[in-house]
Amino acid sequence: MAITFQLNGKKQTLEVEAEMPLLWALRDVVGLTGTKYGCGMALCGACTVHVNGEPVRACVTPVATVAGKNITTIEAAVETKLGKVVREAWIEAQVPQCGYCQSGQIMSATALLSKNKKPTDADIDTAMAGNICRCGTYNAIRAAIKDAAQKLA
Amino acid sequence: MDITLLKLLNTPNSSVNKGQNRRDFLKTSALASSGLVIGFYLSGGNKIASAQQPPKANASPNAFLRITKDGAVTVQVKHLEFGQGVMTSLPMMVAEELDCDWTKVRAELAPANAVYAHTMFGMQMTGGSSSVINSWTQMRTVGATARAMLVSAAAQKWKVKPEQCRAENGVVIGPAGQRAPFGQLADAANKLDTPQKVTLKNTKDFKLIGKPTRRLDSAVKVNGSAMFGMDITAKQVPNLHVALVKRPPAFGGTVKSFNVDKVKGIPGVTHVVQTANGVAVVAKSFWAAKTGRDALVVEWDLESASKATTAMMQASYRETALKPGLPTGKVSDGAALNNLKAAGKTVTAEFEMPYLAHAPMEPLNCTVKFDGDSCEIWVGTQFQTVDQGAAAKVAGLKPEQVKINTMIAGGGFGRRANPASDYIIEAVEIAKQAKVPVKTVWTREDDIKGGYYRPMFVHRVTAGVDAAGKIAGWDHTIVGQSIIGGTAFEPMMVKGGIDSTSVEGVTDTPYEIPNMNVTLHTTKTGVPVLWWRSVGHTHTAFAMESMMDDLAKQAGKDPVEFRREYLAKHPRILKVLNTAAEKSGWGSALPTGRARGIAVHESFGSVCAHVAEVSVEKGQIKVHRVTSAIDCGLAVNPLSIVAQVEGAMVFGLSAALYGKVTLKDGVVDQSNFHDYPMLRLAEMPKIDVHIIDSGASSPTGVGEPGTPPIAPAVANAVFALTGKRLRTLPFNLDEVSKA
Repeated sequence: MAITFQLNGKKQTLEVEAEMPLLWALRDVVGLTGTKYGCGMALCGACTVHVNGEPVRACVTPVATVAGKNITTIEAAVETKLGKVVREAWIEAQVPQCGYCQSGQIMSATALLSKNKKPTDADIDTAMAGNICRCGTYNAIRAAIKDAAQKLA
Repeated sequence: MDITLLKLLNTPNSSVNKGQNRRDFLKTSALASSGLVIGFYLSGGNKIASAQQPPKANASPNAFLRITKDGAVTVQVKHLEFGQGVMTSLPMMVAEELDCDWTKVRAELAPANAVYAHTMFGMQMTGGSSSVINSWTQMRTVGATARAMLVSAAAQKWKVKPEQCRAENGVVIGPAGQRAPFGQLADAANKLDTPQKVTLKNTKDFKLIGKPTRRLDSAVKVNGSAMFGMDITAKQVPNLHVALVKRPPAFGGTVKSFNVDKVKGIPGVTHVVQTANGVAVVAKSFWAAKTGRDALVVEWDLESASKATTAMMQASYRETALKPGLPTGKVSDGAALNNLKAAGKTVTAEFEMPYLAHAPMEPLNCTVKFDGDSCEIWVGTQFQTVDQGAAAKVAGLKPEQVKINTMIAGGGFGRRANPASDYIIEAVEIAKQAKVPVKTVWTREDDIKGGYYRPMFVHRVTAGVDAAGKIAGWDHTIVGQSIIGGTAFEPMMVKGGIDSTSVEGVTDTPYEIPNMNVTLHTTKTGVPVLWWRSVGHTHTAFAMESMMDDLAKQAGKDPVEFRREYLAKHPRILKVLNTAAEKSGWGSALPTGRARGIAVHESFGSVCAHVAEVSVEKGQIKVHRVTSAIDCGLAVNPLSIVAQVEGAMVFGLSAALYGKVTLKDGVVDQSNFHDYPMLRLAEMPKIDVHIIDSGASSPTGVGEPGTPPIAPAVANAVFALTGKRLRTLPFNLDEVSKA
């Protein structure tokens, strides 16, 4: 079926199965591969995108449910004013090692910072709880979020 | 992967004879018109290997270094980048000797080619925390050679002697102050003969090596543009299909029959093909392939499949451990046992370590384009040479007809270095039958259930201290599967029935323990096993460092002081131990409800110690802070060393707190991150890493040594806090709550 939504600010119409997860529609149909597959069960956060500004796990979100909504992926999220600051903070803190989970980490972090200008450690714990990193970059992630918050203030 | 063992490795496909040490340079001509290209190989010492006539396998357009007219310096990185930072550390070594402008340096991953063989192991591979060590002389020589040629080119241009010129920050400077950027000299330099001998800098003259240096791959890893193997799409490989494989529910099962009735008609599904280990559904997208696989009905023949059940194996391993196994070479002729009988205080401890999955964030995948007489592969692999040979065999081609493009990988931890090349040959089988380009993708469930685990182990140790508080004897029996047994490497890497990856960290312990007896029982279970970040040290360090802590208690001594007594001949280890202790505030008061534990372990040529500060609340262990010290020889990039020690520690901590793969009747119980959990951000301890400035002139391993000491450090801290010894991994929370 044809499903239409806003993808990174542009109208996108896809001819796909309604139950296909948004993740695979983005990766295999649209060809945007910045959003990653890690678990397929909303357990690791690698596939995090924004749906109407909220962080959502694309791997368990049927594409039909986002019809008419605004989807933002990593490719566009790091180009906004906030996103650029977060991206630079990530580099400043030298966060990525293998880098595979970092799209999802950054999507969760930008969603947090867009609503909470001064996140506490507890706020960060909560907002990032759904994102796994196997390289152990968590302390660098926390430092980068705090650095970005300071620069955005 | 184990360094000492892999030194023995050689492969039939390799054109490199590791027995020869003569180094030759070659300058490839393929890119002569676009600047300077420097290649390098270890010659076989025979007539094919002159510098002018490189052997065919080396006639690759991909050398190590390319300097183009715009001044860009591109380094081909022969190792897999999977987080450890080789795309930065290897270029740093080239750039140091090249004296180029670091901001002009780029890194690319090299494809499979004999020219990129590991200089110690003779095949292209990444493992054993050895990427930096084995590249140390090689990459600096590449840089120094290119610099010499650029300087010569400038000298010719200015009609002066090369000795009158010097290179600095990407520019050659002449005696009269003439300046020529590298890019302008590259073409002329490329026409010169390659110098056969160059002089490398003294370590004291290093400008870049040793300086905290940011990764070259950061920018692409914060905007989604980094290309992992999983990200190959039809944009790179036209008409690309996706395959998922239904594999047997128990290891060793085979396909009896399969029914595609329910698969037919699923939109996007194009092929169903049988492989050696299952049935693959090929489709236009991952989702279509998954839908097809879910609908596929396979009848399995499980007669000869593994019936392994963890609970039974635990009992059987513990019983086996009661009897001595095969001697390991660390034998005290019964003195250990006699001395133990006479010892004042003895401790008998059983340690149990489970199967562990690697669970890299990027699930396994491999893209194959097969067209009858050639095969092109895109894959994140630690084992290019082995995979190339294995893929060729399945494809019915020669290894040189198989091109492997090395893709950056989302972790690996040993899983992508499989002597059986399982996920590569399966992908080739599928593409060969489907006759379309195929990306075979593993789901997370496939990954957790798919085997090739860190083997399950039981250690039984009886050790004691005499009246003077000295170790009287140590009797140690190890029970577990061999990682090497049954692989092509067995003849070279298993000696006298002992796979030294099963006993490393015990038999070669630096502690001066009198009367130590170590034996090994090697079990067979049908569950496929593989090296997992730090290999045998993952379990041996836990047993050794828990026992040392226990004996310190028996001797009535401080755990740090007790260890020092047995390390008198090892100043390097002592310094690491003392640094971690001192920086952690060892011995100083902590808030009520907290305690510290320490462990130190030598692996991959380096020494790492962790001090863990823990509390136990409601049966949960909370690690608040970890203070680490590492001596990894000459520190090439302190930023990556800190990142790797942190990462290796967290990797070990996740496993110690949660990691466990169990089986029932051959079927794996776990499937995804809900039942195979990982440490999350809120649980992350604060960590301070102290790099020892040892004055060493070369580096040692970094990627793995941070893993082994964390589990015993935490267990020892829990003991200090509760008096309860935790000897089972992952830590049994019931045992803690009873404390």
